[in-house]
Amino acid sequence: MKMSSKYMRLLVPVLSLLLLLAGVFYLQPRAMSYMGLNLLFNLAVPIALATIAQMLIMSVNDLDLSMGTFVSFVACVTATYLNDTPALGALILLAAIAVYAVMGVVIYLRNLPSIVVTLGMSFIWAGLAVLLLPAPGGTAPVWIRSLMISKPPLVPMAIIASAIIAVVAHVIVMRSSFGVLIRGVGGNQRSVERAGWSIIAARGGAYALAACFAVAAGITLVGLATSADANIALRYTLLSIAGVILGGGEFTGGRVSPIGAVIGALTLTLAGSFLSFLRISPDWQIGAQGVILILVLALRLIFSGRTAKTARSAKT
Amino acid sequence: MLPHPVLEVEDIAIRFGEVQALDGVSLRVNPGECIGLVGHNGAGKSTIVSVINGGLTPHRGKISGDGQSLLSYGIGVARNRGVRCVFQELSLCPNLSIIENTRIMHRNLGGFGWRAKAAAIISNSLDLVFPNHGIDISASVGSLSIAERQMIEIAMAFSDAGTPPRLVILDEPTSSLDAGVASQLLSHVGRFVAAGGAVLLISHILHEVLSIASRIIVMKDGQICAERPASQFTHASLVEAMGSVASAVEARQSAAKSTKSALFLALTRGLSFEARRGEIVGLAGLGGHGQTDMLLALFEHHSPNWLPRRDPEVAFVAGDRRENGIFELWSILRNMTIAALPDLSPRGFVHDNAETGRGADWKSRIGIRTPDMENRILSLSGGNQQKVLFARALSTRAPVVLMDDPMRGVDVGTKHEVYRIIRAEADAGRTFVWYSTEMEEMSLCDRVYVFRDGAIVEELAGDAISERAILAASFAGAAT
Repeated sequence: MKMSSKYMRLLVPVLSLLLLLAGVFYLQPRAMSYMGLNLLFNLAVPIALATIAQMLIMSVNDLDLSMGTFVSFVACVTATYLNDTPALGALILLAAIAVYAVMGVVIYLRNLPSIVVTLGMSFIWAGLAVLLLPAPGGTAPVWIRSLMISKPPLVPMAIIASAIIAVVAHVIVMRSSFGVLIRGVGGNQRSVERAGWSIIAARGGAYALAACFAVAAGITLVGLATSADANIALRYTLLSIAGVILGGGEFTGGRVSPIGAVIGALTLTLAGSFLSFLRISPDWQIGAQGVILILVLALRLIFSGRTAKTARSAKT
Repeated sequence: MLPHPVLEVEDIAIRFGEVQALDGVSLRVNPGECIGLVGHNGAGKSTIVSVINGGLTPHRGKISGDGQSLLSYGIGVARNRGVRCVFQELSLCPNLSIIENTRIMHRNLGGFGWRAKAAAIISNSLDLVFPNHGIDISASVGSLSIAERQMIEIAMAFSDAGTPPRLVILDEPTSSLDAGVASQLLSHVGRFVAAGGAVLLISHILHEVLSIASRIIVMKDGQICAERPASQFTHASLVEAMGSVASAVEARQSAAKSTKSALFLALTRGLSFEARRGEIVGLAGLGGHGQTDMLLALFEHHSPNWLPRRDPEVAFVAGDRRENGIFELWSILRNMTIAALPDLSPRGFVHDNAETGRGADWKSRIGIRTPDMENRILSLSGGNQQKVLFARALSTRAPVVLMDDPMRGVDVGTKHEVYRIIRAEADAGRTFVWYSTEMEEMSLCDRVYVFRDGAIVEELAGDAISERAILAASFAGAAT
């Protein structure tokens, strides 16, 4: 019974993804093909990356409300500087990652609420993005474009990419020492500090790593969209948070699941397609997406309530 | 010539704002000795521990180890010298597995295959300290009971990953352990000390300190007020040295009380539970045998699920104050009045004067040591925080108070104050249901239910309540 709580956490996200997939295939059997799957999940790749980034921030008990504007900013940099002068573009992106690390340190040192700081930063990123690309435009670098539209045999790129993201994030967050450290900071910062670790390094590292994933999200997004726009990824802020929660993560306590987060991102992407296949008007889609979200969370509550009851006798 | 001490602090002074937490404390820890450190809550024990483990830099004083003076002393230096600490409040990461917590505790345990190494280290240590512990080390800490977490933390402190532990500080290590596990720990402390290690034991369970420590240091108001070999102390002289008046616990009143039933709960197994008005009912037995479940069941049964009621039937005093007792960010006053807010907010708004008045009233009645009730709750010592939780429950009009081992880690003086208040409240007609792992507290009760394996197996009343009878009932049948 003890091992099961770990798998329980993944059960609901997996079940809801399979259920949605079954629904999509039922409504549109032609989606059950190489091409169909690729189309269904194409846009999930950047969302999954952004979700992992958000998950890293959430694993140290913070929340990043600038995720959407930051990914938009990265997309704008990718479509302009990274394409025209790759060295300068890379430098800008590295600087952005450094800014994230500094942000993490400042939030810790000054004891600021991360929501406020990142909300403030979101305006800065948005402003920079508009400065770069006042009107939609730019060009995706050839290498990322060809990577994103490549067609590996048997399994579509979108699925392979999602699997790679999940595995890499799992190894970093769940298996490596660094991952244990940042989850430890989320779980009980004081005890980590007492063991002689530097909380500044851990938090700065977590933010920097999150920024790396967010940068990857922006680059892959441009690879799919071929050009960029200052508002291209605004909805990623809420999508990434929803993805983490859908995937079994929690807002506090360092309880996160990278594989779950990727599945959560896939589920959210699929929910949009599912609703389109149902011929629900786009006006209603956001609301309907919300309903799906609530249903999944309710499902999880029922499951966790049951496990809590069986665990309670052991706990008290 | 004596061997160099493992660690020596001299003339340490620390101030927290207006409070002089430590005032010229000197302490020498030699290898192969177990030092008992006792004193009231707020005497400065936890502060000196923080200095020794490097968490606090003293404003004055000198720290030296192995004969050499240590100028820049901090957490890292302390850990490298083999100083380990088990804190009073549990300090593991609940979201991580035991193995991952081991990784956090041992900084130098990096590289490939650290999981296997960490697993070996912690399971060795667990087997050594608590043979037959039955804990699955791949489990996450959050799924363990309080006693199991405490065991893990202790095993963690004695574990060796490169730098062997030389000085282990145990701050109330047995407060959540039942008698069998506690004696395992104490015998391990004996072995560790015999092998040349040093232990600094802080405990409110005086016979533990008397039996295991070779030297006892008594602290009071940030100073050391007595230091003698343990053989020169007795239970009474120790209490006297701490300065708390060893007021004899008032004999329970065996006279039949009101027979009016206040609480009743039929249980599927074993005896049923019943408490009468003005009665103190004890729940005894080994830790984790269903007493807390029983209290929670009583609470759920008597508290409305949806709308709060103006006249609550039961009030609850939590044992694990960090986890489900205090509101860390709130002031002392707010922490205290939260349960009685309906009484203080006649038209839906909190009446400030009434709230302050209520706070001042209870501050003097229960003796909360603070200059200002508006201070944060965390500015209080553990025992005083617990008093606030008592005041929270007692200041309601609830006729029944449920207490879930509320005296964990509370000093003797505070305990006696609270015992007196409980007795007075019971005489005024309140009913108390009291789960405790301490035998002394059971002897204060009018009636005791003994739990075993989640059921009530024995009911003892009046003079029949004795340590022997409770132990006999807790263990009966388990041996066969």
